[in-house]
Amino acid sequence: MLIAVFLPLIFACLIPFLSKWKQKVHTGWFVLPIPFSIFLFLILKVGKQFSPISQSYAWIPSLNINFDLYLDGLGLLFGLLISGIGTLVVLYSIYYLHKTEQLSHFYVYLLMFMAAMLGVVFSDNVYALYSFWELTSFSSFLLIGFWNHRKGSRYGALKSMLITVFGGLSLLAGLILLTIVTDTTSIQAMIDQKDVILNSNYFGWILGFLFLGAFTKSAQFPFHIWLPDAMEAPTPVSAYLHSATMVKAGIFLVARFLPIVSLSEWFFFIVSGIGIITLCWGSFIAVRQTDLKGILAYSTISQLGMIMAMLGFGTDAAIFAAVFHILNHATFKGSLFMVAGIVDHETGTRDIRKLGGLMTLMPITATLALFGTFSMAGVPLPFLNGFYSKEKFFKTSLELEEASGIVQALATAMPVLAVLGSIFTFVYSMYLVFGTFRGEYKEDELPQKPHEAPFGMLISPMILVIGIIVIGLFPHLVNGSFLAHAAEAISGHESHAHIKFWHGFVPPLYMSLAVVALGTLLVITRKRWNSIYNVVPGTLTFNRVYDWLVDRTELFSSKITKTYMTGSLKLYVQLILIAIILGTISMLLITNGLNLEATDLARIRLPELLVVGMMVLASIATIFTNNRIAAILILGVVGYGLSILFVLYRAPDLALTQLIIETVTVALFLLVFMHLPKLEKRNESKGSIVMNATIAISFGAMMTIVGISSYTSKWFESISGYFLETSKSLGGGSNVVNVILVDMRGLDTLFEICVLGIAALGIYGMIKLRRKKEAK
Amino acid sequence: MEIITSMLAGILFATGVYNLLQKQMLRIIIGTALLSHGAHLFILTMGKLKRGKPPILVEGVENYVDPLPQALILTSIVISFGVTSFLLVLAYRASLLNETDNMEELRGSDHE
Repeated sequence: MLIAVFLPLIFACLIPFLSKWKQKVHTGWFVLPIPFSIFLFLILKVGKQFSPISQSYAWIPSLNINFDLYLDGLGLLFGLLISGIGTLVVLYSIYYLHKTEQLSHFYVYLLMFMAAMLGVVFSDNVYALYSFWELTSFSSFLLIGFWNHRKGSRYGALKSMLITVFGGLSLLAGLILLTIVTDTTSIQAMIDQKDVILNSNYFGWILGFLFLGAFTKSAQFPFHIWLPDAMEAPTPVSAYLHSATMVKAGIFLVARFLPIVSLSEWFFFIVSGIGIITLCWGSFIAVRQTDLKGILAYSTISQLGMIMAMLGFGTDAAIFAAVFHILNHATFKGSLFMVAGIVDHETGTRDIRKLGGLMTLMPITATLALFGTFSMAGVPLPFLNGFYSKEKFFKTSLELEEASGIVQALATAMPVLAVLGSIFTFVYSMYLVFGTFRGEYKEDELPQKPHEAPFGMLISPMILVIGIIVIGLFPHLVNGSFLAHAAEAISGHESHAHIKFWHGFVPPLYMSLAVVALGTLLVITRKRWNSIYNVVPGTLTFNRVYDWLVDRTELFSSKITKTYMTGSLKLYVQLILIAIILGTISMLLITNGLNLEATDLARIRLPELLVVGMMVLASIATIFTNNRIAAILILGVVGYGLSILFVLYRAPDLALTQLIIETVTVALFLLVFMHLPKLEKRNESKGSIVMNATIAISFGAMMTIVGISSYTSKWFESISGYFLETSKSLGGGSNVVNVILVDMRGLDTLFEICVLGIAALGIYGMIKLRRKKEAK
Repeated sequence: MEIITSMLAGILFATGVYNLLQKQMLRIIIGTALLSHGAHLFILTMGKLKRGKPPILVEGVENYVDPLPQALILTSIVISFGVTSFLLVLAYRASLLNETDNMEELRGSDHE
């Protein structure tokens, strides 16, 4: 399993070399075996006797974080979707993307996503889950922005990134709280402790954070706005990430944590409420879209809402229906995206107003689209899987438990809202297929002359459509083998669901028939309703909120940055110094480090006092002198004074070095100063003088206080004794300072020499530069 | 005595900082030199002053001055020499090329 997760990542590293190696072969052919082999690996696990597998690898043992992998029915279902649809998408992309595109980039991103998504569904550790979760957002960003020369691509990529990463951070907060409460990082262990979580004070926060993460990822209302913009990605990406897999990660999250989150009394209200709003809103907005992929994007939003709503019902039957619909949605929506891609590829446009009458020109594509849309619309025919799950949705919405207050109101409204959403679903589905393939053929408006797509491009949607029909005709094939396991993994008890086409004349059937009847009516009279669809401002409002927020944040941060990044080095130094002063003083006060009662002092003697007094005067004089030579000489006075102090304080080596260095420095100053402009009289404003003086004096005072305090409070035993004792035995020298420098801390001295070397090289370079210029 | 040297170190820091905040490059370099003097004195003071003989081992002497601060300061003196000389040449080149040694006039022009 570890290999399954990391195989795509490892292979992603090889892609650039492979595509260089055989340039004539489409890179996609190299990639194709990866998802296919993972698919085969997973499909072998399918069966009635399936039981969860868990594996653990040490990752960060010191933090008690292990790389736990856990494969249960839910993970298996998602794993099959990821690898299965992944295989078909790679196959499709081989024909969709031309060899001149940056294919190695594309497939690296795609494999990265595949690994991340498998990681999300297989990991049992919350931190591993989070890491993979963010990696999916990141690879989605890269894939949406694949055609990065387009403005829309960049905008869409940034939008999806900001929204999903915002949700990801919120998810992280929720996961951290869960870890704190349960003291474990394993999801299964958390589920075992659900009572502890329910009774903890953080339960509400955990819930909120997890839902925020799930809703942003799964494009639930009002975070759905990123998904339509994500359609700027190449169509294989839209089919894969933005309909079949990544957007279902949020649903996966809710399903995975269902035993915990469903304990809340608000669970149904929040999840189903948001889900059903998303369903109705998404399908309503989808009707007025003119872009094929736009319709599909809003349709995906609404379908995700429907799955979310079913999870929110929380009953066993509803959970089963949700799982069933996850599979069905992947089949019909995947095939529809591919069909949209084919239409785009062959006609050069995705604008449904320009399309029409393609039935005769692209008969196979049209047939595929027919199956896909009818399944999506839930038309009651025994060979369409979409009908089964929609029927189950209606059925479970009627079976909601009794509750009180506002929750009851939502439960009562649920079947009505479900039908409403489904009517619009029916309308846009019909609009999609008939608008594209029937009606008037507008040859002049099409950028290219359309013809049937190459066979390779048709294979993938064809397989998916066959999937629709097979699941429709023989639902028990998928039920027993893995859907039941998936439902069981979510709810925790065995699933007894059966999928039947004919239940008799029961309310769900009436609901389906009503949807078809009303939907047909709306489609036929569509022209009259057009104005109404367009009246509602729709998603624009939420998009505006998003744009406004992004704009404001950018403005705000650039304003703040401009106030202190002025380019004036003086200001920077001032800010740094103020920060040091404030930080040190506050730390002194916080840690009670202030201690001015100095004891055990050396005696004060006259020669030292004289030297100190001279140095004080000299250092202050550097400020007031306006003569260059005087300034340099006064600086020399300070340096020599210091070396006298070194002598008095019994540091012979220091005194020697200081004397030599001071002499050389003064000589160097005198060498350079002739070339420097004369010192000007300061013509600063009073305010700036006061400011500088305040900073300087408080810095000096701070250093004095720190010096005295640290002199008095010795918190640690000095290590100097060690050097004195071992200087002779280990270092073989009696001058302890020398031994420390060249032996005990020899490496430090080596680096010191390096610093000098670098300085020398710099100086040499700068002087050389002048020579060259002068030579010219 | 340690208190007096601490104060001297503080004064050296204060005058160093004040010079550092000036506009002319020569003053800034003088400031850094003063700062390093202050730091050396600061380190030396923390190791206690005059508690024994210089740290050169001689038979029969038990008390020595703390050798560790001295080793640190020795390193620091050499490094600050390197920095000062580098700064000096840099200032010389910069003022030659830009015909000013005023830091406020040397700020970059682009803010993007």
